[in-house]
Amino acid sequence: MLAFILRRILQSLVVMLVVALVSFALFRYVGDPISTMMGQEATIADREALRERLGLNDPFIVQFFDFVSRAVQGDFGISYRLQQPVMELILSRLPATLELALVSGVLAFVFGVGFGVYTALNRRGWLSTTIMSVSLIGVSLPTFLIGVLLIWLFAVELQWLPSFGRGEVVDLGSWWSTGFLTPSGRASLILPAITLGLYQMTLIMRLVRAEMLEVLRTDYIKFARARGLSNRAIHFGHALKNTMVPVITITGLQLGAIIAFAIITETVFQWPGVGALFINSVRFVDVPVMAAYLMLIAVIFVVINLIVDLLYYAVDPRLRVERAGAGH
Amino acid sequence: MTTDTQSRFARIWDSDIMWSFRHSPVAIVAGFVVALIALAAVFAPWLAPTNPYDPSQLNLMDGFTAPMEPNAFTGNSYILGTDNQGRDVLSTILYGTRISLFVGLSAVLFAMVLGITLGLIAGYRGGWVDGLLMRIADVQLSFPSILIALLIFGVARGLIPPAYRETMAIWVLIVAIGLSDWVQFARVVRGATMVEKSKEYVQAARVVGAHPAKILIRHILPNVMGPVLVIGTIGLALAIIAEATLSFLGVGVPPTQPSLGTLIRIGQQYLFSGEWWILLFPSIALLALALSVNLLGDWLRDALNPRLR
Amino acid sequence: MTAISFRTGLGGALRMASVSALALGLGLAAASAETIRWARVGDALTLDPHSQNEGPTHTLAHHIYETLVGRATDGSLTPRLAVEWGIHPDDSTVWVFTLRDGVTFHDGSALTAEDVVFSLNRARGETSDMKGLHAGVVDVTAPDAMTVHIKTEGPAPLYVQNLTNTFIMSKAWAEANDALTAQDFAAGEENFAVRNANGTGPYTLVERDPEVRTVLQVFEGHWDDAPQVTEIIYTPIAEAATRVAALLSGEVDIVQDVPVQDIARLEQTDGLKVEFGPENRTIFFAYDMGSEDLLTASVDGNPFANPLVREAMHMAVDRDAIRQVVMRGQSLPTGVTMPPFVNGWTEELDAYSAPDIERAQALMAEAGYADGFSVDLHTPNDRYLNDEAISQALVGMLARIGINVNLVSQTRSMHFPLIQNRETDFYLLGWGVPTFDSQYVFDFLVHSTEGARGGWNGSRYSNPEVDALIQAMAVETDLDARDAMIADVWAQLQEDRVFLPIHNQTLAYAMREGINLAVHPENQPAMSDVTFD
Repeated sequence: MLAFILRRILQSLVVMLVVALVSFALFRYVGDPISTMMGQEATIADREALRERLGLNDPFIVQFFDFVSRAVQGDFGISYRLQQPVMELILSRLPATLELALVSGVLAFVFGVGFGVYTALNRRGWLSTTIMSVSLIGVSLPTFLIGVLLIWLFAVELQWLPSFGRGEVVDLGSWWSTGFLTPSGRASLILPAITLGLYQMTLIMRLVRAEMLEVLRTDYIKFARARGLSNRAIHFGHALKNTMVPVITITGLQLGAIIAFAIITETVFQWPGVGALFINSVRFVDVPVMAAYLMLIAVIFVVINLIVDLLYYAVDPRLRVERAGAGH
Repeated sequence: MTTDTQSRFARIWDSDIMWSFRHSPVAIVAGFVVALIALAAVFAPWLAPTNPYDPSQLNLMDGFTAPMEPNAFTGNSYILGTDNQGRDVLSTILYGTRISLFVGLSAVLFAMVLGITLGLIAGYRGGWVDGLLMRIADVQLSFPSILIALLIFGVARGLIPPAYRETMAIWVLIVAIGLSDWVQFARVVRGATMVEKSKEYVQAARVVGAHPAKILIRHILPNVMGPVLVIGTIGLALAIIAEATLSFLGVGVPPTQPSLGTLIRIGQQYLFSGEWWILLFPSIALLALALSVNLLGDWLRDALNPRLR
Repeated sequence: MTAISFRTGLGGALRMASVSALALGLGLAAASAETIRWARVGDALTLDPHSQNEGPTHTLAHHIYETLVGRATDGSLTPRLAVEWGIHPDDSTVWVFTLRDGVTFHDGSALTAEDVVFSLNRARGETSDMKGLHAGVVDVTAPDAMTVHIKTEGPAPLYVQNLTNTFIMSKAWAEANDALTAQDFAAGEENFAVRNANGTGPYTLVERDPEVRTVLQVFEGHWDDAPQVTEIIYTPIAEAATRVAALLSGEVDIVQDVPVQDIARLEQTDGLKVEFGPENRTIFFAYDMGSEDLLTASVDGNPFANPLVREAMHMAVDRDAIRQVVMRGQSLPTGVTMPPFVNGWTEELDAYSAPDIERAQALMAEAGYADGFSVDLHTPNDRYLNDEAISQALVGMLARIGINVNLVSQTRSMHFPLIQNRETDFYLLGWGVPTFDSQYVFDFLVHSTEGARGGWNGSRYSNPEVDALIQAMAVETDLDARDAMIADVWAQLQEDRVFLPIHNQTLAYAMREGINLAVHPENQPAMSDVTFD
């Protein structure tokens, strides 16, 4: 177990290096930071001087090495756009994104598993059909459109909920600000969380339903029934437990997708998180922020994947044997 | 492929699937809608009243014509109105569906083939192959699909000669969306393969000396089709929607040849201003398409799964 | 109209159902009369007054810092920190500024000529983005505590026009906080002035959370009459629909960047109004008329080098249709690449002709392009009002004379380098004239690319006579003679069809009823100008 974790951490470091390398290769194609950093009066000589000062004329490998050697010390430089230290900037935006991702992730998981189980057990009920159809409408429209439609309905026409921002936030300690503690903060979370979680909820629900249906027809469940176990014990003790391998895989993966999709949701709702920061940075070619953001996403993914793999171990004993066999 | 497998597929096709289709009203309706939309898309050039992709046929003054009402300047009238460039919305939906369907199908196919292949290999071989592939998946997943599209667009910009850039844009888009999607297939197939391969029948096949590729394809693949189809069907709708999302961020098919998603992106700008038809009709078309594909996928999954019969 | 009844019908029904819900209260109640909640598309990038030469950054800075001279809404110069200015009677290369008495910084210290000297030198520094506007300055001195002399290389009769966005800082404050130069990106440290400020302006900084919220409070010690607005809450909202929604739902009071299609809806909404005004910015197309070959053309040679082709393109464009449909009536079509505010503008230059497709087709045939040709057109899609839609409209118009245009639409950070690096044959550009003088247009867009001039001359236009005139007018102190030179250059440019001008942008600010705020030609509204009914 320990060897497994150690090996994964080592692999993760390689992953981070590759992410850094690929993102660096990519930055040359997203545009020219110099043209957005300088006003229109800047001369060609001025632009060239800034390019030189920023080291953008250095060979690719020199820039990359410079970046990595500073990044390991936690120094990602100064944002070309907002002129603040990048680490500080990202840390100050992270709570907004994490709170949004957490709320939508929980919403997606709770409703996804709940609806999935319900629709699997009541395959032909009218409520199941309704849930299945309505959830499909939610995933058949682009996220940005759902967000704009929610704003139109709940902020403009009904005026129930705010259309943008996080509302009032409370500082907890020096670097975490939360919207959970104020009424306006909680109200502001609702529309973005629904927008962000809708797709994941549908995916989890459909997967749980499909897996449940399949498991319920296996001999294993038939034996359980024959042994006279209660429906409740069969459904939740056996069937649901057995659907968890793919559900955990997908949920784990979806946590990543939530953060990727947060880019759109945060843009639509002017949510001050890292996703909106990233999109603004792409538009400005703010290379230091883009690089740091991608490294952050890579860390989050590596951690999630590690947890998913560990959960596999806990859920399916057969994998443990297999891994042990392969790991010598 | 041996004659044995061919006859097996033929048997399934002739009997069970068709039987199941005939007895599922939802599948019949969804299938009908998908077929209708696909046919309309394929025959768009013959069905559409105008060619919205030919700029010389457009009259800007026709812009923002309401459905079934004559335009205040030109007097022209359109069944579903016109958009901000004076394009007939009905024609643009037909042409746009064609592009969206093509992009969606190609991207999902690309992602599916890539994902299943790599997932099977990773799950079956295990060890360092698995480690390497899954680490690649991690790297890939750590990039938001939007950025992958930006990267591929940027690289394409550098590599493709200017004269071909516009025709290549759609292929670039397909690869961009497909590449951002394969990991989902691979992870699920890998997970299932790891479970399946320890089962007796695969072990037995191994013992009798069957070639690994054959074992994978004949024994494991059919068993992982369930989750793959769930992802695949939603993936098709997702790919079409991903195309729209990219266009929302300013990357995608040229605005002079809008897809269904591009039309929605354009239409949402007019949500507050009263030109509801530019948003509503393309959204209905997209909804009908995605909904039907998903419903068809649901049915197909049940029908294909041997254990559900 | 069906559209309106559909929307108000549904919306009205929803609103009736929601009356009780509103009573639950979401903190959406209108703010007190003294607080203005102000939203626009983007935030100021920094509070450092010399670090970014960019519109939104300057707009916010004008509330906290002040300049020597200000710009009124009609484009004229007004006294601000300087009460008098002029060229030195004995030396035509020196500008003399007399400072205002009794001006104090927010920290209580008094403004002196030393602060002005320091600030102008800081603005000229290596890491400053304002240095381009002060390139001709050789020395800044303070003969006494209330006078500043600025010496330029040669006579610079219009230099004062370059000072409307150069802000004055406190020397002592900058020294105390190690902010002697503008942010150096290579330094790896944040400059203190990026998120802190000490100006002389009408408002002091209370809270700064970049891209989220900036709060300003009125400065009691300001030299001018106290403004009616005592508190400003400034919030950037990037998405157009969200921005409009925030105003419709009463979450903000003023929205600065209003999408043209939503103006009618906002005007019809009870309790809201929209103010209009011309912006100092012309939208135009330009093409490479100087190269031997084009990068993307389907034919050999350069069709844009042929005057007949350029003439045909001008005849094919229907500017009124673009105004009517794409801009919803919110633009001023023009035949010249400068707005009416600019010195050198005349009605004759501004006039444009109606499209004549048949004549244009004949010209194309005469030029040898009866079968037409194809070429790529580059357009930004997030920089100007409806930029992509304008370019799309042009594609349709040119298609009718056989020019088959492939539209390449992309974000600004990809678009502008193409022009700067001369990698586009045909492109859309918007040009504002911050100095309000034609020289600025000529220097950047017309003069051959040499030294500080011609940086944006993507047309590759090169005419030695025009270049000589541009250089001569820069040092001409006889303003009548200078105006004649400007007229000569414009006449030549119009004859050569160097640009394909479309329109001057119109600005619209939407706000709560009861707020009065006029549109500023440089899109730099000052909340200190706001009055309440």
